[in-house]
Amino acid sequence: MSDITKARKALITRILEGDGTASRAQRRAAFDNTELMEPINTLLDKVTTQAYGVTDQDIASAKASGLSEDQIFEIVVCAAIGQASRQYDSALAALEAATKKE
Amino acid sequence: MRLAILDSGHGLGTKALFVLIRAASRQPVLDVIKLVKYRADFYGTPMQAVTQEAMRGPSGWSVADRELMAALVAKTNQCEWCTKAHSAVAEGAYRDRARVEAVLCDFETAPIEEPLRAMLRMLCKLTREHTVNADDMRAVLAAGVSREQIEDGLAVCFSFNIMGRLADAFGFSLPGPKAFEAGAKYLLARGYR
Repeated sequence: MSDITKARKALITRILEGDGTASRAQRRAAFDNTELMEPINTLLDKVTTQAYGVTDQDIASAKASGLSEDQIFEIVVCAAIGQASRQYDSALAALEAATKKE
Repeated sequence: MRLAILDSGHGLGTKALFVLIRAASRQPVLDVIKLVKYRADFYGTPMQAVTQEAMRGPSGWSVADRELMAALVAKTNQCEWCTKAHSAVAEGAYRDRARVEAVLCDFETAPIEEPLRAMLRMLCKLTREHTVNADDMRAVLAAGVSREQIEDGLAVCFSFNIMGRLADAFGFSLPGPKAFEAGAKYLLARGYR
């Protein structure tokens, strides 16, 4: 079987703990989809639950709030990986529960 | 692309590479390549390691099956860019366009193997509802899918739940079908490295 365990851990460690233009706290908040501040919350909620609905205006509002393009790039990447990770962890837990020996 | 840095913020070496890609493929550089090459140490390089293992690592699923899963995850997320890109790869890998079209139209009635159908059903639920439960997993196992195959499918789902979100959030521009065909040939020959 394929094994993404190491590569997934390296990816998450890099985006959350490595150097970046957004602060580590901002990247962690985006990854966890916890409250940051408007208008970034709207953008991050959309990335998390309906990315197809992200608009030019959402990105423009993020820029107008004072974030640089590099910071938006990092924060959006963290939000996307955070949501995919929660899904993946939920599925692995369900698989564990389904195959657990009674 | 909604961020100018992703379109034109690359270093000179990367820009030179884009010139070569345009010359060799006679197609525009796909936005996904621009994304993974922008500050590649932050996202592109570590993400490509995940995707390469998920899509081309050893697995009970064929490369074609995994590309089909990727396309269906993208479709479930309503990500047109990734749906078109990975439909093209799956069609190339299966050498069967009708099979891929049937699955994307309705995998419940498409003429495919039952284990694959059960796997696709669970991945769609996970993508749509963001969670699945033990009963969902038991149903996949009962269809004849091994635990290892389930984990492999989840790795595909993880990768494409990231990429689809980024394609839509950053506003990838849709190229013509020839650009996706060229991209599909590259991914089948070289993988995601």
